[in-house]
Amino acid sequence: MNGPGSPRFRVRRRLLQCAGGLALAPRLQAQAADRELPDIPALSAFVAGRSPQWGRVRLELPQLADNGQTVPMRVVVDGPFAPGPHVRAIRLYSQANPVPEMAVFEFPLPLERVEVESRVRLAESQRVVAVAAMSDGALHVAVAEVVVTIAGCMDGT
Amino acid sequence: MPDARVSVPATNRRGEPFEVRILIRHPMETGYRTDEFGKSIPRNVIRTFICRYNGEPVFSARLSSGIAANPYLRFFVTARESGQLTFEWIDDAGVRGEDRAAVVVV
Repeated sequence: MNGPGSPRFRVRRRLLQCAGGLALAPRLQAQAADRELPDIPALSAFVAGRSPQWGRVRLELPQLADNGQTVPMRVVVDGPFAPGPHVRAIRLYSQANPVPEMAVFEFPLPLERVEVESRVRLAESQRVVAVAAMSDGALHVAVAEVVVTIAGCMDGT
Repeated sequence: MPDARVSVPATNRRGEPFEVRILIRHPMETGYRTDEFGKSIPRNVIRTFICRYNGEPVFSARLSSGIAANPYLRFFVTARESGQLTFEWIDDAGVRGEDRAAVVVV
């Protein structure tokens, strides 16, 4: 009655599993929140019903941007690519800027290291989406959430 | 002061990607600002940017007012043979800019 399969052990196991789950919870929550595309009409129009994949694109923006006028941005698509499909373009979409399509970066030739860095303007706190379009038509996405303290569209004049 | 500053590695290994960095002097005027008389300042941003390697396009960007003033771009290009990278961009006012950098492949 007190063997590993007994109800007591099962309770203990369940508790231990929960403890492990709790340790991982903050990470998982952040990821779960990230794995949902914000509602941006220009983005939906581009995605056009296709189902983008997660995990291969990394969009790096600071969680807190003091000044929305210039926010460092880095987007990376994890390889290797050859001999499979390569990255054709990376598109950046903003949830709250007056112009939702922030930039399109294009790679006319197959490239093994796909990484672009720039500085963006953010009108207010929002989510930013990076979409990598592959040569076989597949889409890979990543989302970053940024809290902006000074808006990027205002100025001192 | 020149319009842009470009940085590429001094030497590159054939077949391997190398880092290209460019900083362009440009206001990237959003079109949402007003001058001291309350008159709106027309939008003027760099719309297109293209990088060619010995004449062949290897990277291009379509930008918007969502890119910060004095746009900075860092990207990678695969080293093939020694030659030249040329950079060209054009803004809303139709003003073109260009720059170039030598690429040494060993």
